[in-house]
Amino acid sequence: MTVMEQRGAYRPSPPPAWQPRTDPAPLLPDAEPYRVLGTQAAAKADPDLLRRLYAQLVRGRRYNTQATALTKQGRLAVYPSSTGQEACQVAAALALRERDWLFPSYRDTLAVVARGVDPVEALTLLRGDWHCGYDPHTHRVAPLSTPLATQLPHAVGLAHAARLKGDDVVALALVGDGGTSEGDFHEALNFAAVWQAPVVFLVQNNGFAISVPLAKQTAAPSLAHKAVGYGMPGRLVDGNDAAAVHEVLSDAVQHARAGGGPTLVEAVTYRIDAHTNADDATRYRGDTEVEAWRAHDPIELLEAELTARGLIDEAGKEAVRQDAEEMAASLRARMNRDPELDPMALFDHVYAETTAQLREQRALLRAELDAEQEQHGEREGGAR
Amino acid sequence: MTTVAVKPATMAQALTRALRDAMAADPTVHVMGEDVGALGGVFRVTDGLAKEFGEDRCTDTPLAEAGILGTAVGMAMYGLRPVVEMQFDAFAYPAFEQLISHVSRMRNRTRGRMPLPITVRVPYGGGIGGVEHHSDSSEAYYMATPGLHVVTPATVADAYGLLRQAIASDDPVVVLEPKRLYWSKDAWNPEHPTDVEPIGRAVVRRPGRSATLVTYGPSLPVCLEAAEAARAEGWDLEVLDLRSLVPFDDETVCAAVRRTGRAVVVHESTGFGGPGGEIAARITERCFHHLEAPVLRVAGFDIPYPPPMLERHHLPGVDRILDAVARLQWEAEG
Repeated sequence: MTVMEQRGAYRPSPPPAWQPRTDPAPLLPDAEPYRVLGTQAAAKADPDLLRRLYAQLVRGRRYNTQATALTKQGRLAVYPSSTGQEACQVAAALALRERDWLFPSYRDTLAVVARGVDPVEALTLLRGDWHCGYDPHTHRVAPLSTPLATQLPHAVGLAHAARLKGDDVVALALVGDGGTSEGDFHEALNFAAVWQAPVVFLVQNNGFAISVPLAKQTAAPSLAHKAVGYGMPGRLVDGNDAAAVHEVLSDAVQHARAGGGPTLVEAVTYRIDAHTNADDATRYRGDTEVEAWRAHDPIELLEAELTARGLIDEAGKEAVRQDAEEMAASLRARMNRDPELDPMALFDHVYAETTAQLREQRALLRAELDAEQEQHGEREGGAR
Repeated sequence: MTTVAVKPATMAQALTRALRDAMAADPTVHVMGEDVGALGGVFRVTDGLAKEFGEDRCTDTPLAEAGILGTAVGMAMYGLRPVVEMQFDAFAYPAFEQLISHVSRMRNRTRGRMPLPITVRVPYGGGIGGVEHHSDSSEAYYMATPGLHVVTPATVADAYGLLRQAIASDDPVVVLEPKRLYWSKDAWNPEHPTDVEPIGRAVVRRPGRSATLVTYGPSLPVCLEAAEAARAEGWDLEVLDLRSLVPFDDETVCAAVRRTGRAVVVHESTGFGGPGGEIAARITERCFHHLEAPVLRVAGFDIPYPPPMLERHHLPGVDRILDAVARLQWEAEG
């Protein structure tokens, strides 16, 4: 029998392995970023929550301006300001319970502080020190991550481990629009969805990766749409609307807590300041764009709502401003003290037990420091 | 030393046993990687673990090495002891950012508050007829990263012992498993695994007085063979198995070289920028006045790992080792 004759008996059928998997429709984000403030949904928002968000936003803005000032005085090596993004930062911290975990990137100091970490300790790495300052276990906040998106798989692993242990823990991981191009973003979302890990990813889309606008970063309909490819829901929210971000994140956290798996949230916001104090934003964007976003300011939006509903008066606003000033004054005073630096400590935590090689090198540095000390002493003596 | 009648076991079997015993002893030990579940790993080292301990303890992950190691970091942050399998040496490269930027540094970054007790198992080296990306000697990359321990067993007993020690360590440990020794056999009793020297110690595998061959992993059997062959030339070669590349056992290495006065470092990894340069420098710095000749290196050529049909020309063999020994300035002996 020839091959053609054999084929005559062949009856085609659909490929046996293929079957429909997840229905993508419920995973799709809304066409427009979800908003609460200035809409009918605002009436349902809890007044206490709105007041707490407001107080934290004002503190956050003041923290940003104070930290930026500290870079100019040489007290901070670098500060990536989150001015304009305070709603995302604060809502992220407030959407979590105490036993949950936060995985911040380098622009998320506000979220870290809003979670309870000491404002000075939160700046340790940015001050130019060799360690992260705070103990991650105390407030369940991972160290600020500098390599983009690399903290996302950590959040997935931690949430997965907690679920394996039967603990009620959700991890919230923060990333920027530029970070969504990294391989770790993709791998983290994929692992999270496959494992149905209780984790929430918040992308703060602030328009720029240093100088590169979103149009050069992705061709996706929105960053929230990327969720669909992994089989998890994507949510799009106005990132300057603190009430909306809080609601969307709280829902996602609750969904994860209930065993529903991960969610990707894209918060559309804007980086009002340059990338850091070392950046010059005038080289890549115009004032008109910045002014348009200033007119959609997260603090003004919330203040308008609180005022309109009579939830805050002038005295209330003044009290909030006063609280923020006190925080800034304390930050300034504490940051203006020279930190205690011990070069010998550089060897202490490389390994659980210091190796023979590091003991030798530590002794070398010790001898150098002693010689410096001695020379210094001689100079002092000579001057007398 | 008690003599126990034991059947020969392979290095792969000893590794499996080490994983199994570690998982049975400590519920926080989790094995994860590509194909480690039903298949038991491409080298069958995780054979039976998913069945015995369940898929939550021995997990087939998505095919993404950065994701595997990155999620292992998060698991370790929460108190687990992940044992990650990288399927092949060259497949571990996508995980390097996690390894270098986080795994090796988290203890330091958190001043000891968040140690990462992660074991990364990497089948490495050539000699098995693997096609491209399946035979790399990647140890120098790991050695150059402070915060990691790097160990490599060359015997069946060490395969068990070093892997158990790695899993028990509170530091991240890269365990480089010599692929071509997976099926090497040795008398070894899985019911009574013998204690081995701790991570950080080198061991003399063959005493000798003429010169010291300093080696590790896949090159150990080659060096032992060379030492046997050298007897015909009148050389009594000592063979030192480093076992642990980080921490490095300067003490044992220097004691050996001071005894013999001559040293050849042997490894498959490339010579330029490879471990041999560091080892030769350390020996020279510490034992200069005991040396009768410069420390020589026998290494892989500085070329991408060659295809299976040509790899025998690349790998350090007995002849190349003996040629190096012959160049150790014996004229001075008269």
